[in-house]
Amino acid sequence: MAIDYNMKILIVDDFATMRRIVKNILTQLGFKNFLEADDGSVAWEILQKEPVDFIVSDWNMPKMTGIELLKKVRADDKLKDIPFLMVTAEAQKDNIIEAVKAKVSNYIVKPFTPEVLSEKIKKIFGE
Amino acid sequence: MDVRIINPFLEAAQNVINTMAMIETKVGKPYIKKDSSSLGDVSGIIGITGDASGSFSITFTESCIKAIVSNMLGMKVTELNDDVKDAVGELTNMICGDARRRLEEQGIKLVGAIPTIIAGKGHSITHMAKGPILAVPFETPNGPFVIELALDSGNN
Ligand SMILES: [Mg+2]
Repeated sequence: MAIDYNMKILIVDDFATMRRIVKNILTQLGFKNFLEADDGSVAWEILQKEPVDFIVSDWNMPKMTGIELLKKVRADDKLKDIPFLMVTAEAQKDNIIEAVKAKVSNYIVKPFTPEVLSEKIKKIFGE
Repeated sequence: MDVRIINPFLEAAQNVINTMAMIETKVGKPYIKKDSSSLGDVSGIIGITGDASGSFSITFTESCIKAIVSNMLGMKVTELNDDVKDAVGELTNMICGDARRRLEEQGIKLVGAIPTIIAGKGHSITHMAKGPILAVPFETPNGPFVIELALDSGNN
């Protein structure tokens, strides 16, 4: 299956720096459609209004965390199949187990290199 | 302070800055810091709870952080602006997370809060522990940064 480089990607992180780093890497990989949210709650609002093809989310955020967002997405009939990549500094065993249970598509531990992000995306989209 | 906690933070700082900014760092000699004055221009501080409780901070000189953030964002950063402060917050976050992962492998569990950023020449850093503050200086090609750890044994 070929990756659709026009897909709309929602980048969620409370730090603008990380959203920019992720966006820079995705742009270099050829993606061009991005939406950004600085909290899970903002991401959730966007998901109610706009079609999104892929979510790249941080874990630790002030209002709604990434794991809460993931659980809400997976519990929603319309949204439940959206690929969800967690990019996080929360890498303790319990976190990973919780994310896998909540059906995360894949998981990246910060700090990460562009190569790692690229590999995980290829894995998620089966290339 | 439990000495096993210190090294993972040093390794984490080096790993994060090397991975995100491709900058090599050199660890200097640790010492006990007696006051709250910072040794740089911008700091990130993060509260810690769990098997130890207190805080971790990292303070950068302006030239050092400008080089790091320029590399992280792939664009030249010329002033200590909001982008830089935001990046300091995320670096603090990542270093703390990386250290916590290393510590968990030794059976020590810590939880990190959300970091705060303080900027300005001569700003002060207030740690959240009663015990001593351990400071560890690092060198980079663009100037120094210092990490500080103040952790009391946990009562979680
Ligand atoms: Mg975060």
